[in-house]
Order: sequence, then C-alpha cells, then structure tokens
Amino acid sequence: MIPEFGYAASVAGLLLAVYGSAAAAVGAHTGRPKLLESSEWAATGVWVFVTGCMLLMVYAFLTFDFSVRYVAVNTNRGTPFYYRITALWGALEGSIILWTWMLALYTLIVVRKYRRRQPEFYPWVLAVMLGIAAFFLLVMTIPAPPFERLSPVPPDGRGLNPLLEDSGMITHPVALYLGFTGFTVPFAFAMAALIIGRTGDEWISITRRWTIIAWYFLSLGLLIGGWWSYHVLGWGGYWAWDPVENAAFMPWLTGTALLHSVMIQERRRMLKLWNITLIIATFGLTIFGTFLTRSGIIGSVHAFTQGSIGQFFLAFLALVLLGAFSLLAWRLDRLKAQGELDSILSRESAFLLNNLFLVAAAFTVFFGTIFPLLSEAVRGVKVSVGAPFFNLVNIPIFLALLFLMGVGPLIAWRRASADNLRRNFLKPVAAGVVAAAVLRLLGVGNALVLLCMGLVVFVTGTIVLDFFRAARARRRSGDGWRAATMGLLLHQNRRYGGFVVHLGILVVALGVAGSQAWSVQTEATIDKGQSVELAGYTVRFDGLEASEESNHGKVTGTFTVSNGGGPLTVLYPAKKFYPQEQTPIAAVDYRLGFLQDLYLVLGDFGQDGSHATIKVQVNRMVSWLWIGGLILTLGAALAILPDEKRPA
Amino acid sequence: MNRKAKFIAGGLVIIAALGYLVYAGVSQSSVYFVTPGELQAAPVAGKAYRLGGMVQPGTLKWQPKSLDLTFALSDGQASVPVRHKGAPPDLFAEGRGAVVEGTWSGDGYFKASLIMAKHSEEYKAPHEPSQSGYKELLKTLRGDSRDETRTR
Repeated sequence: MIPEFGYAASVAGLLLAVYGSAAAAVGAHTGRPKLLESSEWAATGVWVFVTGCMLLMVYAFLTFDFSVRYVAVNTNRGTPFYYRITALWGALEGSIILWTWMLALYTLIVVRKYRRRQPEFYPWVLAVMLGIAAFFLLVMTIPAPPFERLSPVPPDGRGLNPLLEDSGMITHPVALYLGFTGFTVPFAFAMAALIIGRTGDEWISITRRWTIIAWYFLSLGLLIGGWWSYHVLGWGGYWAWDPVENAAFMPWLTGTALLHSVMIQERRRMLKLWNITLIIATFGLTIFGTFLTRSGIIGSVHAFTQGSIGQFFLAFLALVLLGAFSLLAWRLDRLKAQGELDSILSRESAFLLNNLFLVAAAFTVFFGTIFPLLSEAVRGVKVSVGAPFFNLVNIPIFLALLFLMGVGPLIAWRRASADNLRRNFLKPVAAGVVAAAVLRLLGVGNALVLLCMGLVVFVTGTIVLDFFRAARARRRSGDGWRAATMGLLLHQNRRYGGFVVHLGILVVALGVAGSQAWSVQTEATIDKGQSVELAGYTVRFDGLEASEESNHGKVTGTFTVSNGGGPLTVLYPAKKFYPQEQTPIAAVDYRLGFLQDLYLVLGDFGQDGSHATIKVQVNRMVSWLWIGGLILTLGAALAILPDEKRPA
Repeated sequence: MNRKAKFIAGGLVIIAALGYLVYAGVSQSSVYFVTPGELQAAPVAGKAYRLGGMVQPGTLKWQPKSLDLTFALSDGQASVPVRHKGAPPDLFAEGRGAVVEGTWSGDGYFKASLIMAKHSEEYKAPHEPSQSGYKELLKTLRGDSRDETRTR
C-alpha cells in the first residue's frame, strides 16, 4: 500500500502547490484576502503532504518494504538502523523528497513570519516559493518517482551504496540541501521586490539573515563533504574539483559575493541591479548544479544516462532565468544606483573587487566544469581540464580575495586618506611581511605558501587591531575587558560575527595551503613484521584478521606505528567485502593531529596473510579545515542573531 | 581620463588578466578523452590523455613487491597496454570499466598516473530483485554522485 499512498501524497502536494502559487499571485494582484488565505492553507497542505511522503518512505525503510523499488535498491536486511533512515537521501529520488520537504518547511516559516509584517511582499514570495515547490513535486511525480513499485517483491534488497554508510552521509546532504533550498527565500523576496516595484533595500534587509543561514549551511555541507571524501574515499584528499563538488561550490561563491555586495547597497544605494542579478545567479546555480550532477551530461563523456530528469531541470532553469531576467528588464529604470564611486581607495571599491573576484572564480569553475561539453561542441574533441586547471586559475584569485578580506572591513568609505591607510594597515602589513620572512628563514620554500601565510597573518592583524580598538573604546565607557569583548560580539554581532567567519576562512586557507604543500605519501608491500618509514614514522605490519559484520565481510590489518620515541598507536585499515559489490572497498584508518594526520590505506594483501600493500600518508594541517569550520559556525551563529539586540 | 573611465580601464585589466589565466590553465592542463582505438590510431608521446575502456580479461597483472600494476584497456577492437605504480583501486577488476589518466610513453604502453574504476556494465546484484529491474538498479547506482574511486 505504501507506494500508492506515497504517490497519492505527492500528486496531492503538487496540485496544492500549483493552486497555492496561483491563488497567492491572483489574490495579491486583485487584492482578495480570501484567495490569499486559501493559498496559506495550500502551503500548509504542501508541507503536510511532503512530510507524509517522507514519513512513508522512512516507514518503508524501517519495515523493509521491498515492494518500494527505492527501498529495495538502497537497503537490505543487514543495513544498520541509522542508515536505514538516512538511506532516505541515499540516492536521487529520496534526495528530491528531502529537498522538497525543506523547501516546504522554509515556505511555512515564511508564511508564519511575514504574513503580517510584510503584507506587500509576502503574497508574491509565497507565489514564487510554492511555484518552485510545484516544480520539485512535479519531479517527484513524473521523472523521479520515489514510490515506484517493484514487482515481484524481492526477498531482500540490494543494499545501500557502501560508501554512504558513514556518519558524514547523515549530515552532509542535510546541510547541503538546507543551503541550496535556503537561497530560495532571498530569491523569492527579490522576485517579489521586482513584481511590486519596491526595488530598494527592503528585500535585502528582510532576507539578510536568511542569506547568511543558507550560506552557512552550504559552507557546512561543503566542509562535511570534504571530511567524508577524506576519511571514506581513501585517497587522502578532501577536494578533487569533481563536477559534483563544483556544482555546490559555484552557488557558494556567488552567495558569498552577495553577502558582501548587499552591504554596499545598504550603505551607499549602489549595486541594486547587481545584487538582484547575484541572487538570481545563486539560485540558478543551485538548480544548475542539480541538473549537472543528475542529468549525466558531464559523465556523458563516458556514457551515463539518467532518463528525463535532466531535461526537467534544464527546462525549469530556463524558465527561472527567463522569468527572473524579464522582471529585471521590466524594472530596470528603478534599479539605477543613487550613489557612485568616489575613489579606488575606498571600501566600496574593495567590495567591488571582492565581488569581481568571487564571480570570476565562479565563472572559471563553471567554465572548467562544462569544458568537456564546450570542446566537444566547438572542436569535436573531448577534452577536459582537471584539477591543475582549477588550481592554476583559482589560487591567484583566492590569494587576491584573502588580501581584500584584510582591506575591505577597515578601509574608509568613499575615499581613504593616507592617514586612514597608515593607521589601519601599517601594523598588519608589517606583521604579514615579518611572518613570511620568519617562515622563509625556518625553511619554507614554496612561494605560494609564503604568500598565503603572510596574507593570513596580515588579515588576522587587521581583525585583531580593529577588535582591540573597539574593545578599548568600550572600556573607556566603563566596561571591563571581558564585558567589552562580549558586548562587541553580541551587540555589534553583524560586524564581529563576520570577522569570526573570516577567521574561520583564514584557518581553512592555512589548512589548504599546508596540506597541498607539505603532505607526503609512500606505498609499499611489506611482509609480516616488516615496516615502512615515512616522515619519522615507522609503520609495522603485524598481521591480518578476517571478520563477519552485519552486512559485509571485513579483512583488517594491524599496523603498529612508532616514531623515534617508541610505539605511538596501532591503526587498523581494512578492506570491506559487501555482497552487493564485486570488489572490496577500503576502509582507511588514521590518527588525526593538529599539525599532521597519519593516514593508512590497505591496498592489497596476500591470501595467507603473509604480506600487505599499504599506502602511508602523512597529511599536514588537514585538521585546520575542520577547526576552521567550527570557527565559521560560531561566527555565522553570531551574525544570525537578530539585529534588534543592538543597543540604541 | 575621468574617474569612470579609470574604473572601467582597471576592471578591463583585471578581466584580461583572469582571461589569460584561464587560457594558460586550459592549454597547460587539457586532457584528451580517447578510446583505445583512437589512441592506437594516433598516439602522441607526452600528451595528457584520459583513456576509457574495459579491463581486458586475462591481462591484469599485479606484482605486490614492486607495486607494478599492468593491464590492457580494450574497446572491443583495439587494446592498449597500461602500466601503473600502486595497488589496484577499489572496484577495479578484469572485465570491468575503468578510466585511466596519464601519458603515452612512446615505448608502446600507456603510463597511468590515476586510475578511476567505475561500477561496471557487467554488474550483477547478488540479491537481484528481478531481471527486468537490473538496468534500473544500474541507473540508480549511477545516480549516486560518488560511484567512482580514485587512486593516485
């Protein structure tokens, strides 16, 4: 029965979303409150039905209802309990349910929050959001129905993709999708602003916190994805410029640009057109990313096909862009800037450059990702550009962005005087130069790493200097140091939350630079009792052990690690044999450290247990990525706190 | 030159620099996708290729002591011998699809620096729900964003 109920719920949700969207638009246009009210009920109904779909699917997973094809494909009787719940988003159809559910949830919150506060924006916001929800419900109904029936009902399922049996897979998609769907809210407000002709700063100040929330979840999703790649895939890296990663990175870049450029509009009434374009681009890229990764066009180089879902997403993307840019063109006369740039040495121009570089980065990532398609269309040759392209192009851009991260928040608005520059930047620049020189003397030879670390010290210097001055000013008015610090963080939370996010990004930047420059690895086949040496570590192979787990077999190697000072730890890299896979899958083991991780991958082993092929990696400063992520979380939380807390 | 013109000129300089970066990036890191047949027809030593094919049964040799992995990738007609340093990656086996990245050595073999093994067309589910569902299973597998493993 579950397939029928599920299908009925998605169709009902679709009809309600279509009705609600139309009713909200017509209600707003003709000023009929009854119609608008009915669209609110429709929004609630959409959420109820999508929640129903989700619960039905979870129930089907928990009861091993293999008459649902999706359940049969993504679970089997051995799948552990938690993964039976998270298997919901283990593949395409279920992820669409999760996505739609989050969208419905955001819509419901918007209804509750803005129906009274923003009576003019709100009906159009509702119309746009329900329209988008209708698209996803359409996907759930036609090209990717999650409740497709499987007949005859098999006795057992195939099982979850083993790579997804990991804690990272529980949180990564949730965070990522909260980010993707979160950008729908500012997008809907921007569209509403165009429709009602209130193209000023209102949509920006209403959605500021929404944008930060979406941006934060997207950042978190990217970092957790990196962690998953690092500790599951067994290649010792966290980012491969894979089209899937790029798909999530592009909206992050344009979203980051938006977070910064809105400040210029709020302060100087400039960039109105640009900000609307940025939110359209960001929202469009979330759809494009899904299209890219789900349609198989990039994989098409080696023939992947995914049915019609790609066409649905492409058509929707075209519709969104066409609609959004038509509205933009219609309201073009209301989007003229009221302020103008006074000097190249100003905060405005630092932010403009920041936007230029962020959008350029997004563009190069876009270009590199679709390059195989372009080259095939233009030259008839299948050519791809891999990680070297992305690194070559993006490293200079990101170094420039680091520099601007130091300049932007402190340089004066309009026109910076020589005195302003000296006062704010002399000490941080000196600190950066000294830090780079000291590192050079300590033997760091890589120019890019020196530049990166020098810039990080410079930016940190500007943040410390600014914070110190602001805290000192508060102290003069009678606060103690602790009260002054807390006061700044809580009452000027927008500025200092932003600074804390910047610190998190700096720590991530150090992690990226350090791990790229200093990680080392070796691979060797060793007999029992023999050792491999790498970077001061001695890794001794002590033997193999086979075991039977709930849904797979496992061969575990025992490796004793020591350094000069004696035994350090024992690591157990393994190979897992899943019945649904023909070849084993490596399970890495590692010892994480602040400065370096020791990371072991069992490559191969003798059937008699006499020898094993082991890859040993010493990955430097990778932990900084995760630490940076925590700092970023703290900063984003501060920035999300309501503005009202600010004292008069 | 007035202020606006200066800003535009500055912006153009930056955009030109970025354009040059992209151009340099493309020309330095282009990797050509080829099938074994295409590679055999016109191999260029030292050029970066991404070669896709099936690991020809009976050709896979793995010497643990020296970490030498050799095999042949085939597209049905032509076949290219491949050499790699390192253990065979997960999901890599004879009769299955694989994509290797590397260069043509000039001595009659392909030197692979990266092997990407794919879930293969030959995939059979041990608990296969139904014969007709088989292709569908494959599709779903492909829907997963991470159905490849990497080794370097």
